[in-house]
Amino acid sequence: MEAQNTQLLRFTTAGSVDDGKSTLIGRLLYDSKSIFQDQLDAVEKSSQIKGFDYVDLSLLTDGLKSEREQGITIDVAYRYFATPKRKFIIADTPGHIQYTRNMVTGASTANLAIILIDARKGILEQTHRHAFIASLLQIPHAIVCVNKMDLVDYKQDVYDKIVEEFKEFSSKLNIKDVQFIPISALAGDNVVNRSENMPWYEGSTLIYQLEHVHIASDYNHVDCRFPIQSVIRPHTLEFQDYRGYAGRIDGGVFKAGDKIKVLPSGFTSTIKSVELNGEEIEEAFSPMSVTMRLNDEIDISRGDMIVRENNSPEVTQDIDVLVTWMSEKPLQSRTKVFVKHTTNECISMVKEIKYKVDINTLHRIEDVNQIEMNDIARISIRASKPLFVDAYERNRYTGSVILIDEQTNETIGAGMIVKHNVTA
Amino acid sequence: MSNYMINHLRELESEAIFVMREVAAQFETPVLLFSGGKDSILMTHLAKKAFYPARIPFPLVHIDTGHNFPETIEFRDNLVKELGVNLIVGSVQEAIDKGRAKEETGVNASRNSLQIVSLLDTLEEHKIDAAMGGARRDEEKARAKERFFSHRDEFGQWDPKNQRPELWNLFNSKKHNGEHFRVFPISNWTEMDVWEYIKLENIALPSLYFSHKRECVVRDGVILAKSEFITLKENEEVVEKVVRYRTCGDMPITGAVCSEADTLEKIIEEIATTRTTERGTRADDKRGETAMEDRKKAGYF
Repeated sequence: MEAQNTQLLRFTTAGSVDDGKSTLIGRLLYDSKSIFQDQLDAVEKSSQIKGFDYVDLSLLTDGLKSEREQGITIDVAYRYFATPKRKFIIADTPGHIQYTRNMVTGASTANLAIILIDARKGILEQTHRHAFIASLLQIPHAIVCVNKMDLVDYKQDVYDKIVEEFKEFSSKLNIKDVQFIPISALAGDNVVNRSENMPWYEGSTLIYQLEHVHIASDYNHVDCRFPIQSVIRPHTLEFQDYRGYAGRIDGGVFKAGDKIKVLPSGFTSTIKSVELNGEEIEEAFSPMSVTMRLNDEIDISRGDMIVRENNSPEVTQDIDVLVTWMSEKPLQSRTKVFVKHTTNECISMVKEIKYKVDINTLHRIEDVNQIEMNDIARISIRASKPLFVDAYERNRYTGSVILIDEQTNETIGAGMIVKHNVTA
Repeated sequence: MSNYMINHLRELESEAIFVMREVAAQFETPVLLFSGGKDSILMTHLAKKAFYPARIPFPLVHIDTGHNFPETIEFRDNLVKELGVNLIVGSVQEAIDKGRAKEETGVNASRNSLQIVSLLDTLEEHKIDAAMGGARRDEEKARAKERFFSHRDEFGQWDPKNQRPELWNLFNSKKHNGEHFRVFPISNWTEMDVWEYIKLENIALPSLYFSHKRECVVRDGVILAKSEFITLKENEEVVEKVVRYRTCGDMPITGAVCSEADTLEKIIEEIATTRTTERGTRADDKRGETAMEDRKKAGYF
């Protein structure tokens, strides 16, 4: 075990300036002393030039010229801060419906989502949307922050009512771990320091939650999945017969001696060693990048997957996905796209659009001819070669695909593989 | 409940290695941009680990302004020998001599933005389709918006408003002829992460990162090293200071910080309490609020 034992937590915040999202991020950065004097000076100067009588902390996160001009967050911005317990990466995303794709992008790698609710306004359409995206992307943890408590006189009944309402509608969703915290980002209540204004709240502060939420189980450590990135063959005198398989573990635990199976060939062997930089690793698990060696010489190349003999992903050319559409060009059925899944990619056909989801009400809209930017829909895809897939619910990495436009090469869709009804 | 957990430095290491291996697998002629600074030294270390026991499967590219710290070049040449990799040098002086780039004039003249010409020329000459860089998102606000795989058009330009979304660990490397990618494997590292990792892995660095005595000129609050590349203004004087560098760019634009930190432990302690960003010492970023975004759009690192 290494002395350095700080964990990394990635979380996402969705919302607009009105929700106090920028203020909250500013507060976290500021109170954890992650804003530097020269950054603060620059922001103060810009705020003055713009004629504000306050320091606009959103200027810290809105980095692009067009964003600063319009005073809005357009793209995902990544922010970093640390406390003695953890390192944090914030994926800061805009919250409006026309930026659903950015929210999905930010959510795709997050361990935790902060959902902000304005205490005065209660649960709005956009709260439903943010919660739905957290559920759809299977973010393992959510913290619902009821913000601006200072503006409702720190009243418990306001908070309780919002919590009840949220619980009621989120029961339809699939969020495993939800916590609620009454805060004021502006005044600092329950963000880093405990509030003296809300003695009725007995839970912990936001920063305490972020520091202590249990994230070790966020990765799948059950189903062994090792997609091959490349084969390492040094061709030097010293390592003449060396053959190592480079990749990042997407699930399960691998160690020397394990019986394995290679997909798609189905050949079996045992692991000779799991190593990195010539040093053996006793047990390797997600998200470690390693080099694996086998006891038999088998023909393995990029795109293949090493799994355990008795625990395979589904090997199939037909997948059903919930897709977030990211392109201005609408999608119709019978469209050809590139599909990228783990280290595999192939040309594929979108066979059918099954239904669209209204992301505010969660209702299904059937009989749709096409899906447009920011739509979330269930589609069926036929790949030109077999893919080794798990349901997204089971494994985020072997359960996700991106779709790429054949002509423009743009990334046009993000898909989560749905457990499908097996047809004989 | 499982206890399979790696610490944040190993997670960042693993992510960077994954990205480098994706680059090596998905592109035909990738390179690693090497400035001689701590971040690019870190990158070579990660590349070595990613492909061991094979050699690093791509060359290093150094865009040489001719205004380097002498320590940097010496360090570079030793490192290249040790790793057994190829080194491609793109020379700014050559671009100036050929009339491809025009030297700035005045006392604050720098060759910083001239590097764009040499960089794009070098990429084109060697038909490079992916150039990996050691830029980090915590460095600067325009860099906070960068993707791991950042697409560049046939003119080498970055279009920040039209970036490809990046999801999970699926990187889209598709492009048309003549276009290329910039790839940033250590996007998610902070300055502190870099130093902690350098200490953890015991990575050698050029001496200028550690406290030393140096003859300096203080200009607009920035401590610049006295060198043949800097012209003194009338009332400026050369003073001896105890300094070290937090970043390492061209001599005339890279500011030093007063520091007694002469070991990695002391440097980490110093960074933990410092109140300015590392690019706060860079004169090239002080040319306007969006100086970095503007240079990046044109093809800068």
